[in-house]
Formats: sequence, C-alpha cells, structure tokens
Amino acid sequence: MQISEKPGINSDNLGGFDANHPPDPKLIDTCVHCGFCLSTCPSYRVIGKEMDSPRGRIYLMDAINEGEAPLGEGTVQHFDSCLGCLACVTTCPSGVQYDKLIAATRPQIERNYSRSLPDKLVRQLIFNLFPYPNRLRVLLAPLLIYQKLGFPKFFRATGLLKQISPRLGAMESILPNVTLKAFRDTLPEVIPAEGKKRYRVGVILGCVQRLFFSKVNDATVRVLTANGCEVVIPKSQGCCAALPEHQGQKEQAQALARQMIDSFEGTGVDFVIINAAGCGHTLKEYAHILEDDPNYREKAKEFAGKVKDAQEFLALVGLTTKLSPLTDGELTLVYQDACHLLHGQKISVQPRQLLRQIPGVKLREPIDAALCCGSAGVYNMLQPEVADELGQQKVDNLLNTGAELIASANPGCTLQISKHLQLQGKEVPIMHPMELLDYSIRGVKLYE
Amino acid sequence: MIIQEKQQINWQPIIKQFEDVVGKNGVVQRREELLTYECDGLTSYRQRPAVVVLPRTTEQVAEAVKICDRNQIPWVARGAGTGLSGGALPVENCVLIVTALMKKILEIDLENQRVVVQPGVINNWVTQAVSGAGFYYAPDPSSQIVCSIGGNVAENSGGVHCLKYGVTTNHVLGLKLVLPDGSIVDVGSSVPEMPGYDITGLFVGSEGTLGIATEITLRILKTAESICVLLADFTNIEAAGASVSDIIGSGIIPAGMEIMDNLSINAVEDVVATGCYPRDAAAILLVEVDGLEVEVAANKKRIAEICTKNGARSITTANDLETRLKLWKGRKAAFAAAGHMSPDYYVQDGVIPRTQLSFVLQEIENLSQKYGYRIANVFHAGDGNLHPLILYDNSVPGALEKVEELGGDILKLCVKVGGSLSGEHGIGADKKCYMPEMFTEIDLETMQWVRQVFNPKGLANPGKIFPTPRTCGEAANAQSAKQFESVERF
Repeated sequence: MQISEKPGINSDNLGGFDANHPPDPKLIDTCVHCGFCLSTCPSYRVIGKEMDSPRGRIYLMDAINEGEAPLGEGTVQHFDSCLGCLACVTTCPSGVQYDKLIAATRPQIERNYSRSLPDKLVRQLIFNLFPYPNRLRVLLAPLLIYQKLGFPKFFRATGLLKQISPRLGAMESILPNVTLKAFRDTLPEVIPAEGKKRYRVGVILGCVQRLFFSKVNDATVRVLTANGCEVVIPKSQGCCAALPEHQGQKEQAQALARQMIDSFEGTGVDFVIINAAGCGHTLKEYAHILEDDPNYREKAKEFAGKVKDAQEFLALVGLTTKLSPLTDGELTLVYQDACHLLHGQKISVQPRQLLRQIPGVKLREPIDAALCCGSAGVYNMLQPEVADELGQQKVDNLLNTGAELIASANPGCTLQISKHLQLQGKEVPIMHPMELLDYSIRGVKLYE
Repeated sequence: MIIQEKQQINWQPIIKQFEDVVGKNGVVQRREELLTYECDGLTSYRQRPAVVVLPRTTEQVAEAVKICDRNQIPWVARGAGTGLSGGALPVENCVLIVTALMKKILEIDLENQRVVVQPGVINNWVTQAVSGAGFYYAPDPSSQIVCSIGGNVAENSGGVHCLKYGVTTNHVLGLKLVLPDGSIVDVGSSVPEMPGYDITGLFVGSEGTLGIATEITLRILKTAESICVLLADFTNIEAAGASVSDIIGSGIIPAGMEIMDNLSINAVEDVVATGCYPRDAAAILLVEVDGLEVEVAANKKRIAEICTKNGARSITTANDLETRLKLWKGRKAAFAAAGHMSPDYYVQDGVIPRTQLSFVLQEIENLSQKYGYRIANVFHAGDGNLHPLILYDNSVPGALEKVEELGGDILKLCVKVGGSLSGEHGIGADKKCYMPEMFTEIDLETMQWVRQVFNPKGLANPGKIFPTPRTCGEAANAQSAKQFESVERF
C-alpha cells in the first residue's frame, strides 16, 4: 500500500462515496444529535453501540463525506445492520430524512465496497431468487419433498445448518410450509365486482405472498369484489423491486419497477392495491426510484399516485358489506404494526379501524409496537443474530397482551413471528387482516 | 501534582485486558467507529476517546475501572449520550465506559414501591414496566424516551413533573457504585430514611466525577386517580408568568407548569404539527394537575379562573391520556424542534426566581438583539428553570464562540437575579467556567475536597464541573490557580 502524500486528505486507499447521489450534506446537517432516534432503533436496541444507531450512522456518513472515515468494513457493517424500518424517521423531532440518507448510502456501498466472497454469494443468491416468483417455483418441488421427508425437524433439532452457516440456517428456519397451491397462480386476470361496481382496481400479488400466502391474495380479492371492486390482475406483473431497492441494487430495482409499470399500462384501473406492507412502501416510491429515467419519470409518478395499501384503500372508500362475528364470544386481537406501513406509509389507524368494525373484536396494544420484529425484508437472512433477538422480543410483547390471535399485514413479519412463536412453543394463530375481513364478510367462524 | 503529562500510552495490551473482561464484542477500537462517540447531546465540544468499553454487569464495570486505575488512564461514563452539558464528553486518551448494554430491570417490588435497575435502562421503561399495575416513575426529562437512568442519576435530572414530585435525587433510594479505584460499594438502602450522611444524595448529580452507579434502586409512585392538562394561551408573556405566580399563590401545587414563547411555539408546530398551540400567541402555559377526582376538578376550575383573570385568550383542557399526550407532545419536542428552525442550536439551562421572569425575558431579548441571534424560550415555570435555545449556524466561522458568550451572559444574568447556573442539565464541560460566578473560592475548594475522597487520582470524568486552566482561558487560569492552592488539580 502506498502512503498518501498528503496525510489527512482523502487518498485513494481511503475509499469514500462517489459523486452519484452521495448522502446529502444538507440532510445530514438537520441532525442535531439529540439521540431521540436511539429509542426506536431496533438494531441499537439489540447491539447497543452508537455506530448501529441512526445518529451514529449519520455521523459516519458525514465523516465519509468529509474524508475523515473510509467506506470500508468499519463503516459498512453499521449501514448493513440497519433494518430500514424507518422508525427513526417517525421519532425524529428535527425532521431528519434518514430514509433518504440510508437509501443513498446503500447503492454507494454496492458500487464502491468489495464484499467478502461468502457475503457476495449469499446476497447474489437472494437477489437472483426472491424477486422472481418463477425461479422460486422451480425450488418448490425439492422443498416440498424436503419438508415431507422431515428434514426441517432434523436440521432444527441438530442445529447442523446453523453451524455450517448461520445465514443458511436462518433462511431455512423461516421457511413456511409449501402447499400444492403454491405451484401456480389460480386467480383469473379480471374478476367482476359483486353488486354495483364502485371501482376498477389492480391487485399486485407479491412474490412471497403469491407463493406461500396465496390464501391472503384470494381473501384480498374476495374482500375487494364483495365491496364493489372489479379486480384486474395482469399476468405479466413481477416483483415490485422492494428487495433489491432496500439493499442498494439500484439497476435491478429500476428494471423491476419499469416492468411493473408496463404490466399495468392500459388496464385503466383507478387504484393499484397491494396487501404486503414492504411492497406497498416501494411501489409508492417509484417516482423516486425512476427519477433519472426520462422515459419513465412521469409514468412512475402517475403509477405511484394510484398505489394504495389494501387496508388504507378499504378504510378510505368504506366497507359496504355486512360483517359477522368471527367467534361465538369476544375475540381479543393484537395488531402487529409492520414498519413499512407504520413508518414507511404512516398507516396505523386504518387497519385498526377495519378490525374494530368486526363484531366481537377487542383490540389490544402491545408495548414497543413501533419496534421492528426483525424480519425487515431479507434482514433476518443477512443478520440472523440481531433478527432473532428482535423476533423473540416482538413475540413476547404481542403475547403479553393476552391476545388470542395476531393480525399481521406483511408476509415478512408473519414468517418471522411464526418462526418465533414456534420456537417458544406457542400456538397462537397469525392472520392477515384481509383474511379476517374475508371470514367476517362470508360469515365463516374462525375455528369451524 | 499528579498531572497526566502527554505520554505515549501503549494501548494494545490495555485493550487486550478490556477484551478479557467484556469480550471482543464489548470493545470498540476502530478509529472511524470511535468517531461516533466523540460527543453527546452537546455537539459543540468533540473529543474522540481512545477506546470504548461496553460492560454488562457491575463486576465488569469494576474490572474495567481497575484496569484504568492500574494504568493511570482517565475514564468517562456514558449512558445514552443525550446530555446537554457535555457531561459524557470524552477527554483525550480516555476510556469511555458505555452502559448501553446494562439494560436489565433487576427487580420490581410493587408492595414496597421500588424498582431496581441497571444504569442503561431507559427512563420511561421504568414506567412502562409498572404502569400495568398502576404505578409510574416520576422524574420525566423531555428526553425520557431515550435517556438512561444512569445518566439521570449523574445529572440529577428533572422534568416537567419535578415541580410537585421533585427531581431524580428525591426518587433514588439506594445505589450500587463502582468507585474510581474499582471497589464496589452500596450506599443508601431500600427504605427512604437512613441515618448518617446522605451519601446517595451526594452521589446523585455528581456528574460522573465520583464513580459510576451500576445498580439503582428507584422509588415508584401510584398513578394519580385523575390527571388533567390545561393549555392557556396569552398575548403577552408577562400574563403567563403572573398566572404561574397566582396559581402557586393560591395554594395549588400542579404536577407541572410550563411556559413556551412564540418562537418555540412555532418551532414545534412546524415539526410535530399537532395544531394545539396557537401560532400567534405570545406565550402558552401548560398546567398539569393530578390527584383525587374531586381535587382535580376543583383545581382545574380555579386554574382556569386565574388564567382568564390574567388575560388568557383561550383555555383547552384534556383528561384522557391521548389528548393529554397530544398537548404535551410539542413541549417534549421543543429542543429538537429548534434544530428544524436553524442548522444548530445551543440550549442553556438556568434557574431564576419566578418573580423575575418578565425582567429576565426582557433582558434575554436585549441580549438577543445585541448579539444578533434568535432565542426561543421554554420554561419550567413552576420552579423557575429557564431553557433559552439560541439558534445559530455552526458553519459560520466564529459563530459558536459568540453564541457561547451569549449563553454565558444569560447564565450570569440568572445568577445576578438570585438564580442558578443549572436547573437540571448539569455543569459538565459546558458551564464549568461560570462556576466562579456563583460560588466563592471556599465553596469550590470544599467541593474539590469531596471529590478527592472518592476520586483521589482524578481519573473519573476529569475536566468537568470545576474550572480548569486550559479551557477557561488565561484570566480564569490565573484566578483559579490561586483559588485552590491546597488542592491537587487535574
């Protein structure tokens, strides 16, 4: 290594950000270092170090901008530890736009920092698999056999996979049960509204949701049509781009966003409905993701303007259907706030409003509701230790409310919480609010 | 004199010793990572520590302190790093002992109304842990969602409710301490009254200069049967001040009483946008009363009458939790909201006699004009604790020095009218040079002797509270060197 001729000045071996949208110093300057963000930061809660808090990360971004710190292992690991839950943005009394800062930092890391080989491989596996439902499906058959032969029990009991690679162990441990329904999309392209047609809406199926939670999509479509919506589901739709976007894979995210916009072109829908929190947040960000693309800039803005979370939409237009009780007596529910709804889209009241309309439902509130469950997209696969501690805390807090059922509006949270419920030997069911509404509309009791 | 001369410390073997105590994961030593620890909530002073140690138990703290003691290394304790007087500011070549991982609530004894916590437990976690059973922890600094109990003990923190219930020291029953020689001692007890010297009282508010608290026994209180918040808005700040005096004069002791001036009202409305505080008001007065239903109802009526008599334009009241929190939200966010109005802000913390409010605010306004910086005022009106927020831009060369001078003038003003240098933020690094404004040589020497007893080598949080020649300028240097001839200085 050559020693810099001018000590203290950003030299070649002290790699920093490149000139392509580095974290904006103006946004950094709005941070007054009060530390309020530490209270709702899940990574700080577990790790306890200043560098793993939003305040610390902003300090590091500033130091890298100023050439006082390198974009290297000592800084990158602390950006990687961020779950991207955006709780700090909600908490910050100075209005610091940390979401923009971390989103600007992540592509910088991918471009200017060389990850270790195992890290690279795991990330490539994730980015080449999860955003492509058809590739995931290829894996389903061996997975089904794997599960039927009882391997999960073996691996989980012996902890063998975890010993080989904690990340592979984590991936395995959140695997939901594969059912035969997962192998193909069963919903038609256009489903008519029941009764008088109020709206024509598009529905995005999601990747994980489509494969592992197809019944949530079925329920969502039934709830929408029952409430006067004609539903359009273009076959050409792919991944919403949330996964690559959250990990700084900018080009992949842009390509997927363009594909999604194209698939809804000419469908004439009033709204585009999504029932997964993480996807919804990214879909609403399309204008920002494609801001540098002159051909798509305007289309992206228009598309993003139509995107509504399923619960946000229903609370907005109102339910027209009659709702029946889900159980014979009272049903105590706890609603689990997904970060990308609560912090990312500022949606917290609407799901509760809808659930309260179901006769007999009593809503309970957990402590630390605003704290991430540790799922955070693919975070629980990349940072399993932190994710596990958060998952365990979340399950404790949810169960401490004494609720009989957990309502969760995001597949990631649902997988993570199910895993930790199972680890703690608890048999509390977890369902999407759309499923609960669907049961209630159809007059079906939960435990029949 | 045992002054630590600038010497080359060989850190590698020392770091190895720390790693043996807290594990590799409990030590931060990379240069870029240490940068994030160079300041607390007060960013105008920065100093990178040599190493950061994160213990989890009393024993680990004791071992870490012993390593410092053996190697003659100064150390500074830090909790959540939200302090506003630079109390957790590192000194050159020091070890920063961070309590963020000491976050266990060790014992909850509801019958005897006490809770034992580790120092890294966050202030409002205590209330959260006992609220289900109808209890709460009274001291509530504005940063209560994030500040740690350890830091509260070090700074003797207050909060909006300390008017009726007292500050941290009134709620700490006992402490387990690690003294600067690494010994572990217990002071106080689990009952409120103890014969002999009040060592617990001495330790609370000692700003990390006497040792580090590793277990804290707190008193918790039963939640009041009824709580009501009144918000009155005034077209002049004197009327708000007069209402405060009249309320206390009538024999009511509200749980809290706060005044915010027009600039701070607009600052918080810009950020939290609750729409509760009228933007055109010269001042708002927030009063919280608690107690039995009948008592609260009667007091609420009387307070409303007093405010109206003094010219309040409108009065809003809230009994339910959600609305009460909404009324308080702006006040709680006042400091950080100042950051939204201006690139930087400098918060002062002084105490004045309530009766001097109008005069002092006018003088602050004059100082604001003279120096050319805007000043927003929030005020724990019941106990005269004033928080002027000076708005400035640190990127302008020389601005910080001017602002510090302005802050100093405000503090001197507070002392001149019979008040004090600090209500609740502590002296820390920020206000030590003003100590001679308030205390005589003999006062300060007496305090130094107390410190000597606990901290004879001066390794625990050196350079805080007391004026030091290097930082307090040449004039102070000459003066203070004479002041403590018989006391060793660090």
